[in-house]
Amino acid sequence: MQRRTILKSTAALGVATMMGGKVAFARGLEKVKAGFVYISPVADGGWSFQHHQSALALQEKFGDKVEIVWQENVPEGADVERVLTQMALSGCNIIFSTSFGYMDPTNAVAAKFPDVKFEHATGYKRNTSNVSTYNARFYEGRAVQGHIAGKMTKSNKIGYIGSFPIPEVLMGINSYYLHAKKANPAVELSVVWAFTWFDPAKEADAVKALIDQGVDVIASHTDSTAPLAEAAKTGGRVIGFGQASDMPEYKPSPRVSSIIDNWTPYYIKRVGALLDGSYAQVDAWEGIAGGEVLIGEITDAVPADIKSEAEALRDFISAGTYHPFTGPIKKQDGSVWLASGVTAPDGDLLGMNFYVEGIKGNLPS
Amino acid sequence: MLGGINPSILIASLMVASVPIILAAIGELVVEKAGVLNLGVEGMMILGAICGFVTAVETGSSYLGFFGGALGGIIFSLVFGILTQVLMSNQVATGLALTLFGLGLSSLIGQGYNGIKPPATSTISLGPLADIPVLGPILFDHDWVLYFSIFVVALVWGILKYTRTGLILRAVGENHDAAHALGYKVIRVRILATMFGGAMAGLGGAYISLVRVPQWTDGITAGAGWIALAIVVFASWKPWRVLLGAYLFGGITVLQLNLQAAGAVIPVQYLSMSPYLITIFVLVIMSSGKGKASLNAPAALCQNFHAFR
Repeated sequence: MQRRTILKSTAALGVATMMGGKVAFARGLEKVKAGFVYISPVADGGWSFQHHQSALALQEKFGDKVEIVWQENVPEGADVERVLTQMALSGCNIIFSTSFGYMDPTNAVAAKFPDVKFEHATGYKRNTSNVSTYNARFYEGRAVQGHIAGKMTKSNKIGYIGSFPIPEVLMGINSYYLHAKKANPAVELSVVWAFTWFDPAKEADAVKALIDQGVDVIASHTDSTAPLAEAAKTGGRVIGFGQASDMPEYKPSPRVSSIIDNWTPYYIKRVGALLDGSYAQVDAWEGIAGGEVLIGEITDAVPADIKSEAEALRDFISAGTYHPFTGPIKKQDGSVWLASGVTAPDGDLLGMNFYVEGIKGNLPS
Repeated sequence: MLGGINPSILIASLMVASVPIILAAIGELVVEKAGVLNLGVEGMMILGAICGFVTAVETGSSYLGFFGGALGGIIFSLVFGILTQVLMSNQVATGLALTLFGLGLSSLIGQGYNGIKPPATSTISLGPLADIPVLGPILFDHDWVLYFSIFVVALVWGILKYTRTGLILRAVGENHDAAHALGYKVIRVRILATMFGGAMAGLGGAYISLVRVPQWTDGITAGAGWIALAIVVFASWKPWRVLLGAYLFGGITVLQLNLQAAGAVIPVQYLSMSPYLITIFVLVIMSSGKGKASLNAPAALCQNFHAFR
């Protein structure tokens, strides 16, 4: 008799817990534990630094209701799955994995933990309903940089350090080049591929090679401040841009402006949705208008007229009256990509695998 | 294809790129001449890189930074020296362990030093000499460490060839039993040589974190220590050939980036692997057959010495 009572009550408790769990989820969670996985150290001064600043802002915003945990310096490889699994097992409700190469591991782990929400930055795979992707329209910022580059170069040679030839990076290169060309038809672009996200020695060497080639404006799509450190050695002859973060320690030159990734609004929105129960899978892609891409202060190293043109360009993009990829634009091989007046559909951008006409060199595959 | 590349600037930048390898390799050359094989060059370099960086940031002086880097390398090489010479541990295994330990330890010391700018190392101003068209940028527009690295090569060459100290060092490396019978302190000579190797590797590492990059990040030496080890063999234990080998390697590294920047049509992957491929290629040629190179290795290399054996 007694035994049966125990069994009954245990069963009832089990059902209650299950029900409770379900109900609580629909209503939102009492408390959220959010995990963040970074590719480089949070002190890289660029990409991961900016993600971590936003994670800290998230914690600040919700106080006791949110607990954050993070792991830095996680290489794109077998370690990612281990780290993600560890976070999921340790009770994270939502995990932000913040590098392109984390895409497949994120989807693989997400399939094993249907109750944990996964948010993957800059990817495109959402294999299960608990995976969302988020990205920012960095190419909008690159348009502004390209304009400054085209106007500022004296040698008519501008450079770009690419990490990997993936759509996100190609969008940036093409946008940078198109707007530099528009500002200065004589401009030539040299691209050096570093094949790494974070290797300051390699990034510095690449910048040095570009400078040796006569390049005097350098944009980078890697994660460290090394490109600006190398440009700083030329004593103001070569300028560059802060990448992912403002990099203010190199103001007013060589850093004349920057693209700042501001993930704070997105992180607050997503964790907020988890708390109030309105969470749903998304494919988020905000730009300057949504506040995710900020243009850092344009310093006095840039003449006032160029500065105001660049700011006007930023404002047009923000207002939605101008799209950085507006036809006519041809691909490198001369075939037409966008007819006159047509703006690029998002699908084309997310699958971009070509240089636009005028960029020299082969795209590594 | 080479049209866009200015040879004098290329040579100037390959000289800068080669400095860490020259320093580490010339240090290791002395160590090996004394009959010790220290495979921990990479570990000593990265420890020198972080010790130099921390010292420079904390004191605000890049000169003290280089001093700190050399000191870090010496202390770390002493660990190796005591383990292999006094406690008679296996040199290959200890050297490898030293590298792995150095990578981890440097990462630990480096916590909190990411993303900081070190004080600048100024170039030596030689006034109008630097403005000479072709030779100016090559010869007269560098920082003091670069000149120092060439000076060390000359110094090591002179000492090994012309002095009694050099003779003792070589005797210890060729036949430690004979050197011992003549009354030379084999262990002491070897430990001192190891410390010199540590100091040079530490300086080379500090050059990477203070001048080349200049900032701190985990794994910043990125295999330069292994290249230095290969270059000692490549140079068949001759000081001036170390310089040549380092310039060859540095040159190809710089050239491949310049080719990319100049828009060459060769796939990037081939360019990136070319410095390593050519190093392997030359090593194979040097050590094949009955050439002098393979005979030139110190006879007692990698053998531990015990007076009572």
